[in-house]
Parts: sequence; structure tokens; C-alpha cells
Amino acid sequence: MRIGLFVPCYIDAFFPEVGIATLELLERLGHDVVYPRDQTCCGQPMANSGFNVDCAATEALFARNFSGFDYVVAPSGSCVHHVRDNFDAVEQTKEVRELRARTYELVEFLHDIVKPDAFPWARFPHRVGLHNSCGALRRLRHAHASELNEPLFSKPMDLLSKVEGIDFVTPARPDECCGFGGTFSVFEEVVSAKMGYDKVSDHARAGAEYIVSADTSCLMHQQGCAERIGVPLKFMHIAQILNGARA
Amino acid sequence: MSSDPARPNGESPMLHPELLARDDGDAVYRGGRRLDHAEAASKPLRPQPEKQPRGAKIHGNRPVDQADAAARFIAAPEHEKMHDERLWDLRQKRDREMHGIAEWEELRALASAIKEHTLTRLDEYLDQFEANARSNGVHVHWARDAAEHNRTVHGLLADHGAKSLIKSKSMLTEECGFRHYMASVGIEVIETDLGERIQQLDNEDPSHVVVPAVHKLRTDVAQVFAKTIGTDPDNSDVHYLAEAEREANRPLILAADAGMTGCNFAVAETGSVVVCTNEGNADLSANVPKLHIASVGIEKIIPRLEHLAVFVRLLSRSALGSPITQYTSHFRGPREGGEMHIVLVDNGRSERLGLAEFWTSLKCIRCGACMNTCPVYRRSGGLSYGATYSGPIGLIIDPTFNARKYSNLPFASTLNGSCTNVCPVKINIHEQIYAWRRELVKEHEVPFTKKAAMKAAGELLSRPAAYRAAIATADAALAHLPRFVLYNGLNAWGKNREVPHPPKQTFHSWYRANRGEKP
Repeated sequence: MRIGLFVPCYIDAFFPEVGIATLELLERLGHDVVYPRDQTCCGQPMANSGFNVDCAATEALFARNFSGFDYVVAPSGSCVHHVRDNFDAVEQTKEVRELRARTYELVEFLHDIVKPDAFPWARFPHRVGLHNSCGALRRLRHAHASELNEPLFSKPMDLLSKVEGIDFVTPARPDECCGFGGTFSVFEEVVSAKMGYDKVSDHARAGAEYIVSADTSCLMHQQGCAERIGVPLKFMHIAQILNGARA
Repeated sequence: MSSDPARPNGESPMLHPELLARDDGDAVYRGGRRLDHAEAASKPLRPQPEKQPRGAKIHGNRPVDQADAAARFIAAPEHEKMHDERLWDLRQKRDREMHGIAEWEELRALASAIKEHTLTRLDEYLDQFEANARSNGVHVHWARDAAEHNRTVHGLLADHGAKSLIKSKSMLTEECGFRHYMASVGIEVIETDLGERIQQLDNEDPSHVVVPAVHKLRTDVAQVFAKTIGTDPDNSDVHYLAEAEREANRPLILAADAGMTGCNFAVAETGSVVVCTNEGNADLSANVPKLHIASVGIEKIIPRLEHLAVFVRLLSRSALGSPITQYTSHFRGPREGGEMHIVLVDNGRSERLGLAEFWTSLKCIRCGACMNTCPVYRRSGGLSYGATYSGPIGLIIDPTFNARKYSNLPFASTLNGSCTNVCPVKINIHEQIYAWRRELVKEHEVPFTKKAAMKAAGELLSRPAAYRAAIATADAALAHLPRFVLYNGLNAWGKNREVPHPPKQTFHSWYRANRGEKP
């Protein structure tokens, strides 16, 4: 199948290794992956701030870039949540509706569509705390949410458990938001940073060496918080681990 | 801890009296005498208790700056920590109760369906409620807004020559500015709920719909009581404080001319008003004086008594993580020799019912679960919102009262969605927060600088060549990217966090270098 790779703007600029790992991983699993050169963003920053009109052109560009693929895959839960659930500034043609339904976040794409048995190239002998972003957890339903009376499940955990050597640790408040929240992180920067401090401290108390997530935006925020208050944690996107990153 | 001015053991008068307290558990004794010289380290002098941070500053109709008030709350770490942990504890207790009920999710769906059914036939059920209440011997009044509610109640009190009113907690009366109004017409109002009474004595609004003084440390309460009911300002023992308040308030309750309650559920089929409390104070308010007035928001109606069971199972579990409130009191008619009045209040509810995206906020049963779980609320304190309703439910209700004044509130959220998941009546709170942002932008209730930034971001992100040029190098990306991705630049990002480390190249340039110019 032919996959369009969407690399969100902040990953492109600050965390290229996440985009590279996603590309290489999908190729290792035997897929034909194309990176459309004219891509920029999905429109989420404007839409989340209420400025729907201002993201219409960006959404239209996204739709042009990613039409014609069997699937569009992105290593970012919040961007995929936007495309799937809120991408309505652009005209809802049949093509746009289909594109929205075919857009997948990497973890759910691997778990639900590719269904690999193993990641034999991957080994990660470290203590890992998993961070599910709120968009991935409660909107894309990556995992069971602690507020609901429902059976336990976790797609990222299912994938990571196929990687040799990981020792999982669980923080006291596993589903607590880390405080990134897009523009919230600057609009309410004091609350945002406090939430981040609490989050990384919780993971550190649980004994984590690495915080691993399907959302780089949360990690960017948590890393900034951890460095500021001197919490010695390392941060890694799940794509990097599944692609065989050692540390 | 009271000092002992007599100094029976003959200790040095130079010592701080606190060090001489006989019941001091931290004191060190040698040979029967307390060590009290500098090296003894018998006890550090207790620092002054942290001052209570106050809520949002209100400037008439100007937008409330929630972020500013939240920052001041966080700058009081003892308060912030206590508040966060106390409310998180309620969330955990709620989770435990939820796991004890296998059909929890079905109950939520049922409660939501009952509320939606009732709200879409509100006129019929209100008529039915009124007819049944009247046939029970209750006087029913209708109030279009807060002013009419306050005038109506005042009229009733005047008719009875009542000069004092005891009342149980009611968010509706907070909405109506009821206490201020009563003060202006010379009627003394006495809150009978302990938390609400603390807030009344401190001349402060409730910060939470269920636990109104949850933002206060016991040392704050000790200060309030010392000033108002004459307790020892240094004694913050909770039993002492509660007992002192009881001693001070009970005579006022017994002497009151009239009583008022709110309403958790108004049952159309029986014409009865149901009030849930843990202190039994609604029963005092309703039964001690001869005149009982119940203020009821029109959205409180449920069709039948059998529906009440669904809500009673959900309410206290969601609110406090307890299976049921200590008291679930049904008020169906006047006590013998007394009079009962019900005031049915609209105050914007009919208008809200007509809002396509927001009408389901009327399902709310005021349990406060969304506040307890909200990571922003827990770290901001309820008074930071500067509105009657705080936390997630406040973000979607307050703008219906005043879109300009509360225009910042829907932005005080990370859109994490935990509120929606805990809501016992399944209000899609975080989706409504998102929808309110759109609405406020559409209605031009956001600052110009933000508008300009978003317009610029939209233009840059829709033009690939310009975008590539803007982030061509890592340094350029750092200069440009946060400005549009994160709205107002690196200053706000970098104040309390480190900025991302710029990589050697972007993914885009890596791809071009490693995978060729064109796919």
C-alpha cells in the first residue's frame, strides 16, 4: 500500500529524528512511503485557538498534498485528532471526507492496520514511563481512560511489549494532562509549566529513565520543564524505540 | 496553640510564648526540664502561615484575566499543593466508587437521556411540576431573571415581616447575587453550610460548587473566624474551628424568621423538591422557621420519582466519591402551621436551551466532578475564574451570562477531555469549550494581537515556499515557529521552560539530502 507521510511542523523543525524513525519504520515493515514536499501543517494551531477561518487555506493545502494515498500516517496524536475530528474549515467534499477517515496516527496504524508480530530489530533495556497524550488517549482512544469503567487496553503498550528489555514504570497519575495544550502552553504559561513540572516529577518518582510518547509536542513541553527544574529524564518518541533506537 | 503567659516552669521571658506551650509535641526534655536554649533545637519557630491568594480581579465588564489569578494561586505553593491533592483525592475516591458499580457507564447514559428528554419537553414538565406543587399546598412563583428572583423573595420576606433568613447552599442564589441584594434591603442572611458560611464570613464567593471553601487552608479559616466569631487566631485545629462555628451559628439558626433551600432535583410527578446535603443543614433551613422558600432553576426538573434513583446513585459518587449524601431530603409541602414557596428561576436558561451547540450544558447536576478532575482548575483555584461557575462547566456556562467578561475562560483549558469522561450526565464539556473558542472569535471577543498572530500563521502555513524560507535553518525555525505554532513567541514559552534544542537540520532538509530532490 502507498502511504503519505505527514511530518508535523514542530517535528520537522525541532525533532527530525522522529520523522526519520517513522519513515524508516514504515519502510522496514514493507510499505511504500512518500513524503509530499509541499506539506506544512494540518491547521490545528489556528483551529484550537478558535480561528477556524484562518486555517481554511492550510487545510486545503493539506488536502491537496495528501489526496490519492491509501493511508496518511503521522507520528502525532493531536494532529491526527485535528484532521479526523475537527478539520472542517475547508469544504467537506467527498475527497476531503475520505482523506480524513484515511488519516492515521502511527500507533493506531501499526496496531490496527499493519499488525506486526514483532520488532526484532528493537531492544530497549530501560525503565520507561509511557505518556499518552490527551488527544491520543481520549479522542483517538489509544488506551483505556482511567475515568471510564471499561476494560483495560493499550495500543502503545501492546506495541512496546513486543520490544525486548523494556521495564515499564507507572506514575501515580498516569492519565493526568502534562499541560502542553497547544496555544495553552503560552496563553496560560504558568499553569502549563506547573502541570509539566508535576508530570515529570511524577514520572521521576516512579523511577522512569525515559518518558515515551506518541506525541512529540507533549514531550517537547515536558523536556523543557524537566530541564528547567533539573529532573534527569530522557524523552523519546515511540517511533524511535520501535525502529530500534538504543538510547 | 495557646501560649501560657504565667510561665509556671519559670522559663526565660525572652522565649517566644509558642516555645513554652505545654502540649508541644516537638519539645525536647532532659531531666524533667524542657531544653530551650539555642543549641537544644527543641522546636523551630513556626513560620507565619502562607497568606491566602485572592481570586481574579474584577473590573466591571472587562475580560477576566484567569491566567493572572491562576499564576498568583500557584505562587502560594502551600495552597496550590493542598488544593491539587485534596481535589485529586476526590477524583480517586470517585474512581473507586465507579469501579464498584458494573453498570456505571449505562447509568451515565441513562442520566443523560433522562435529562435530554426532560429539557426537550421542559414546558410540559414545568407545568406538571407547578400543578402538583400547588395541589400539595405550595405557592409557586416564576422569575424571569435574577432581579425578579430577588424581588420575589424579598416580597415574601416582607409579607411575613422576616428580618433574618437562614439558607442552605445554592449556586442559583450565587448566580442571582442574592446575599448582596438582601444586604441592600436590610435582611440578614445566614448560610448554614459550613463551607459556604466560611465564604460568607470572608466576604468571598464559593470557589467550588460542592466544596465552596476548598481553596482555603485551615490557617485561613482560623483567620476568618478570629475576625468574625472571635476564635483564637493561632488555633487552626479543625474540630475547634467547626465547634466554634456551630456554637456561633446555631443560635442564629434557631432565631431565624425564614428559611431557604436550593434544589438538586424537582420531581414533576410529585411536585416535590429534593435537596442533597451532608450536614443536614437544608433540613434546618426548611424546617426550623415557619416560612420555607426554595429557589429552583428550571433545568432541575426530572419527570418521575423513579428517575431520581439514577441521579442519586451518580451525584455523590461523582462529587465526593461517597455512595450517597448523608441527607437526601424531600420537601413536598409546608410544615404544619407553616408556608412553603417555590421560586422557579429562568435567568438565561431558556436562551441557553436555544443554543444548538451548548444547550446540553443544562444537563449539569452541579456535582463538581469536572472541577475535581481538571488539572487546570486544581492548580488555579476556583476564584481565578472570577465567575459564579468555575472549572470546566464554568467555561461553557459563564459566557452565556456575559460573553465579553468571560471571553478568556474557554481558553483556560488544555482540551484534555477528562471533564467529559467524568461527567455523570455525559456533557461533552471539552467539545463545547472548543466550540466556545470559535464562537468568541466569530463574535470578535478576543484580543486584536491574537487575531493578527493567527491570521499571519494561517497565511504562512498555507504557502509552502514562504514557510520553508521561514524555518530554513534551525535558528530561523526557533525564531519563527513558536511564534505561530505557539501564538505569542518564545518569551512565554521560555519563562518557565527550556526551549527545544535546535537540530542540525530539519526533517525536510534531511529528506532532500538522503532521498533526493523529488520523490
